[in-house]
Order: sequence, then structure tokens, then C-alpha cells
Amino acid sequence: MPESIQLTLTVNGRERTVLAHPLARLLDVIREQLELAGTKEGCGEGECGACAVLLDGRVVNSCLVPASQAQGADLVTVEGLARPGALSPVQAAFLEHNAAQCGFCTPGMLVSATDLLNRCPNPRDGEVRAGLAGNLCRCTGYVKIVDAVLSAAAAVEAGQ
Amino acid sequence: MRGFLPDHQLRQAASLADALELLAREPGVWTPLAGGTDLMVLFNAGRLKATHLLDISALADLRGIQEQPEGLSLGALTTYTELRETPAVHRHFPNLVKSARATGALAIQNRGTLGGNIANASPAADTPPSLLAYGAELELASCRGLRRVAYDAFHLGYKQLDLAQDELLVRIRVPRPSGRTFHFFRKVGTRQAQAIAKVCVAAFGRIEAGVLAEFRVGLGAVAPQPVRARRVEQVLLGARLGALPIAEAREALAADMSPIDDIRASAHYRSVVAANVLGQMLLELNKMHE
Repeated sequence: MPESIQLTLTVNGRERTVLAHPLARLLDVIREQLELAGTKEGCGEGECGACAVLLDGRVVNSCLVPASQAQGADLVTVEGLARPGALSPVQAAFLEHNAAQCGFCTPGMLVSATDLLNRCPNPRDGEVRAGLAGNLCRCTGYVKIVDAVLSAAAAVEAGQ
Repeated sequence: MRGFLPDHQLRQAASLADALELLAREPGVWTPLAGGTDLMVLFNAGRLKATHLLDISALADLRGIQEQPEGLSLGALTTYTELRETPAVHRHFPNLVKSARATGALAIQNRGTLGGNIANASPAADTPPSLLAYGAELELASCRGLRRVAYDAFHLGYKQLDLAQDELLVRIRVPRPSGRTFHFFRKVGTRQAQAIAKVCVAAFGRIEAGVLAEFRVGLGAVAPQPVRARRVEQVLLGARLGALPIAEAREALAADMSPIDDIRASAHYRSVVAANVLGQMLLELNKMHE
């Protein structure tokens, strides 16, 4: 690959090194080089949030991040949300509430919801909607998604 | 179709001096890239014309919000999230917080920068109307030195800026409002997040002895570039609260705009809605007369 750089970053807690063009989309690095296909491409223009990941603890659209800007970063993809042997509270709540329909937006929804609960452990309905405003569900199953996030927050609070 | 990677190169600027030296040595060749929330969209659509990109995202000189006696100095790399999270911005410049909240959604706000919002020069961007209302000033750096330009003189036409090929936007200064003040921001879009403005209106006023002693209005998405509503300002400057000439101001607004029809709204819609938003704002302002 001409002009490629050596890119070293922490991926879901583990250090990984890949070769990438500096302008390559982080999304493609994640899916093709790191072989983590959970992160999806929806619109490819920062509108839909299907490619959302956490980069240094902040939610970003990985389709808009040039690979070189992820140098040394701490990256968490949807595959990094579950703890060994157990779904994360948000994942468990999505399952319980049937919050996935076709499922394509789900990885991004899970990442954004996790980010929201990190920042705001006891969100109200409006805060959940604001936290997920950058994630579009074309099945329009928003009610179950919001319910799932609220119930995940309650479960965490109850120490489950 | 997506852009072809080998057609593009992305170079990391090691320091501000390094970036300015490169811009001077190869004028017009390099396009600065910060958060990538505009340029990467073009790349993904195969419409990124720039082949040489200069990554300025690590330049410390362009970072940070500094509180100074005369106001705030905002680094060009200040993200929308930083605007939302900085108490001094909330305290003195609420319209900037509202602009930041209105831009994209969280994932964009975490990456997109104030400098990029200005330099990308979209007439529908959400921070320019607020910066116009607050009387912002830009600091442009080049090997030749630092130049300051009033923000309301920076946009020369559609995507045309008073920015030389060797210059880089480094900081944005906003003077601290004093006394009794009025702040207004309203973006009209298809939905609250992830929408591009059909009409955007921001205003700042200072009230002295019951009259508008200072008043600026910034408009987005109704002209080829972000513009001040200077005729509206003229009508209202010195007017008494409680008896603002609202009808006259609404009429004056037509001459401040040159809206177009596009996929987001018709020129007619923009004209009517901008006048309605202005009217609503002035009703709010009138209430401050007690």
C-alpha cells in the first residue's frame, strides 16, 4: 500500500498494530484490517451513526475519522462492550426489550447508549433521545430502544 | 463512489511554524484538515478535490479556550463539545452553546471544530450567525505575521474568504458582553439533530436606559454567505424596548437577505420564516422593557 503508515492503537483493551493509508477511514480499518465487522457503514457521511465507536472515550462516527488521527488512541467498538461471558447492561436491555428490528443500527445505538450512560447514569426520556439523536433507525423502532436504555440505567442503579 | 486513497496524501503538521512554512512554500496546494467532519464527507462521496491535506489537529497553539479580561479567545480547534462544556461560554455567550448543540449530533460535536465551521464557509453553518452577533474577530497566522480581521468582513461571497493562501485561521476572539444583555438563537431545520439549517437567526443586544444601545443580528442559510442583518440593525438601534418597530424591522429584513430555492427549502419559505423568527425575537426583546 503506497504511503501507508504503521498505526498502533488500543482496540477493545488490546494493543493492535496495522498498516493503513493515513486518510483511510477508521471504519474501514476497523472492519477490514482489524476484522471487527460489528461496526456498520450506513450513510458514510456522518448522518446515521451506524459506524459509531468510542475514540478516547468519546463517541465518533468512524466513517469520518482519518486513520492517522486514531494513532495511539483508545478505541472501543461494539465488540468491546460485553464483559467476558456477560452482555453489558445496555446489550442485555436491548435483548430483553426487543430493541433491534433489522439490527443494522444496533451496534451504533449500543455504542451511543453506552456513551450516554457513562456521562449521564440516570437519564430522563428526553436525555436518552438527545443522546441517541445522531443514530437513525430506519425501522423507526425508537420507543423500544429508548425503553431499553432507560431500563439499562435502572438495572445499573439497582446493582444488577 | 468513494474517493481513491492513492490520489490523496495526508501530512501531519508538526508545529504551527511547520504548517505555515508549508502553506507559504506551496501556496494553494495544501488544504488544512482538523476534525474531518466536512472534508471526510466529501472524500466518502468521491467529491474531495483537495489532493494534499494538512492535518492540523495536533497543533497546541490552535487549542483551548482562554478567558481574558476583554473576552474569550477560542482556539480554531475548539470542538462543539468543548463549547458546550465550558462554563465561561455558557455564562457570556449562550448563543454559541446553542449553535454548538444545533450542529449535527454528539458524534459530530465531539470531532468538528469552530475553525472548521468558519473556514468550510457553508452559508448554512450554525456557529457563524452567533459569531456575527457577538462581533467576533479572527486571528489569521502566516509566515508574514498575525493578522486580525473582523468576522463580519471575512466572508466575501459563496465559499469565498478574506484568507490568503498562506494564512491559517488560528483563533477566534469574542468580546465579553457587559451590562444588561439580550441573546437569541433560533435554527429552523427539518429536525432538531442532524439537520442543515433552512434558516438560522442569532442576535445580541445591549440595553441601556431602556433603549437598544448595541444590536447585531447574524443570519444563516438566507444568503450566499453568513451575513449580518445590517438594515434590521439600523432600524432597531436606539429603539425603546416595549415599543420596538417590529413591522418596520421585518420589512427591512428583506433587503438583508438573498435566499435561494434548494433541496432544503424554497426562497419564499426562507423569507417568510426568517421574518417570523425575527418577529418572535423582537416580541421577546420587547418584554424586557419592565
